[in-house]
Amino acid sequence: MTGALTLAEKLWESHVIQRGEDQPDLLYVDLHLVHEATSSQAFDGIRTASRRVRRPDLTLAVEDHNVPTDSLTIRDPVSNMQVGMLRRNCADHGIRLFQHGEPQQGIVHVVGPEIGAVQPGMTVLCGDSHTSTHGAFGALAFGVGTSDVEHVLATQTLEISQFGTMLVEFVGELPAGVGAKDLALAMIAQIGTSGGQGHVIEYRGPAVSALSMEARMTLCNMSVEAGARAGLIAPDEVTMAYLEGREHAPVGSGWQDAVEYWKTLRTDENAVFDRVVTVDVSELAPFVTWGTNPSEAVPLSGVVPDPETMTDPEREAAARRSLDYMGLAPGTPMRDLDIDVVFVGSCTNGRIQDLRAAAEVLRGRRVAAGVQMLVVPGSMAVREQAEAEGLAEVFNGAGAQWRLPGCSMCLGMNSDRLRGNERCASTSNRNYQGRQGPTARTHLVSPAVAAATAVTGRLASPAELT
Amino acid sequence: MDPITVHSGRTVVLRRSDVDTDQIIPADYCRLPGRTGFAKGLFARWRAADPGFVLNDPSVLDATVLLAGPRFGTGSSREHAVWALQEWGFSVVIAPSFGDIFTRNALKNGLLVVRLPLDVVDELMAAAEADPGRKVTVDLVDCRVSSASSSWDFEIEKRARYLLLHGYDGIEMTLRDAAEVAAHESRRPYWLPRMVGEPAADRRVVTGSVSS
Ligand code: SF4
Repeated sequence: MTGALTLAEKLWESHVIQRGEDQPDLLYVDLHLVHEATSSQAFDGIRTASRRVRRPDLTLAVEDHNVPTDSLTIRDPVSNMQVGMLRRNCADHGIRLFQHGEPQQGIVHVVGPEIGAVQPGMTVLCGDSHTSTHGAFGALAFGVGTSDVEHVLATQTLEISQFGTMLVEFVGELPAGVGAKDLALAMIAQIGTSGGQGHVIEYRGPAVSALSMEARMTLCNMSVEAGARAGLIAPDEVTMAYLEGREHAPVGSGWQDAVEYWKTLRTDENAVFDRVVTVDVSELAPFVTWGTNPSEAVPLSGVVPDPETMTDPEREAAARRSLDYMGLAPGTPMRDLDIDVVFVGSCTNGRIQDLRAAAEVLRGRRVAAGVQMLVVPGSMAVREQAEAEGLAEVFNGAGAQWRLPGCSMCLGMNSDRLRGNERCASTSNRNYQGRQGPTARTHLVSPAVAAATAVTGRLASPAELT
Repeated sequence: MDPITVHSGRTVVLRRSDVDTDQIIPADYCRLPGRTGFAKGLFARWRAADPGFVLNDPSVLDATVLLAGPRFGTGSSREHAVWALQEWGFSVVIAPSFGDIFTRNALKNGLLVVRLPLDVVDELMAAAEADPGRKVTVDLVDCRVSSASSSWDFEIEKRARYLLLHGYDGIEMTLRDAAEVAAHESRRPYWLPRMVGEPAADRRVVTGSVSS
């Protein structure tokens, strides 16, 4: 390795505790986020081995995956048990927990940044693949499974081999009406669901610099849909402005020292990435998925592709299965697809900017008859902000359902889910078979497209509304 | 965990690419608090929807090696996918590529994930379909897969292999390095955030309305 390092390498190096030849590195974890769906077995392991959580003060827990979004009472007995176990585990180990209905509760990847607990230069881990979200701050953030959660609880470290480095450069100016979700879907359509495998993606380019923190989180969130371990963006003025004054952000001289350090968090000029991809955004239009993995996407103005025309036999077979599951015929314009349910929310698009984008489209309009629209804020803070700005009124006035925060319809684990073959325009991140309900059909879209779709009852962009 | 050195068993062929962990076990079936009870969720949707789905075939119930297409185990980090495969009876999954988190989860639990080139996996699949009784042997000592008269080398992360071969507990090993961890902690910048645990009082407050 030369002296020049990529940002991902700098972050990695600064957290290496131990390095042996032919061995993975032992990395320190600055923040460990925990939720009810992947932690109970890890806490069990800790208990069985008579261990303790090494750093409860670097651990933060939330209730998000299982909680109902229409009530403060968790009626479902299984959800109740899971949430109850998390409460007991956090109480036993002195871990700060944001409970369902509490002012700071929300989806783990919305809450961490919002309270200023995620900062540039940190390592952030969580038993959840979308931990990549936090890379938006110039942090090294990635998801792990329950065994690793247990390892982090017990040791505050992780044994892991260094990831490859990858640069995704967005070139050209982003057209109006196109946002971070479209960037993510277009990139995944270009590089595929394993295009980033084993790598940390650094996002760069004028279109990225111009994104708000919320939008950067949307982009980094979906890195994992490109198969990447993590995604990140070097911290800049936008990052600092977002962090300043947040509850856990440094203050006084701590802030000054931190900012000075954060400014060094950039990829060196001569650093070499293992892989470089360029995505031209100047012609980009709103994107939508037609299939059952996030790479099966086309511009909203496009048509359902024909597997016949695919050259890769494996892709062709996958496309046939997708079309069969999705109940779609090749050549059908995406705009002709009638939608039953619209879901605005999740750790991808449940932040205040996302709600603003959806509300802007809905203002003065109504959700089409026969369409059910759920608006689920990513956190209680987002909810409160949306209420203060009058967005909740817009949603309620349009006939949408205004809910409490949680993962909701992003995955079929709580009471919000699709029934039968319902077709959903969803701002979440995964359109896998059965993700939103056993035979549910999911089309991933941006919040603006979701809102326009709710108005017309078919996949639509805001530009089409009169 | 007991040490793992060699596994030999019959195979099941899952001719699909992009089998994400939501397919391996849907979220619904992940809501159990322990590490058991997940087998009934294994490919639950496919088993229910398609009587011809390979795992519905009673003649392959004793198979312990799963052969699958590229990108097996992508998506969600749910370790339940590994627990479900193991509880069903699988000890090995062979595929051209795997999701990264899935691979880590599998090796931590002693489910061997073996990456072989696409043409080799195709060959193994064809052989298994022609002769369902044929066994595949995965040798973790030599990092070699063999079947009938053929064999292929595979690569596996060295640390994971070492822990598996000896049945060591990774947490125990790291806890022995407590001094180095503490030394790193003493060098961490002072401004980094710290959470403070609070008593679990009822702190619930909701403003505005909830509509449904
Ligand atoms: S919102 Fe969806 S993707 Fe995000 S953490 Fe919750 S379940 Fe996972």
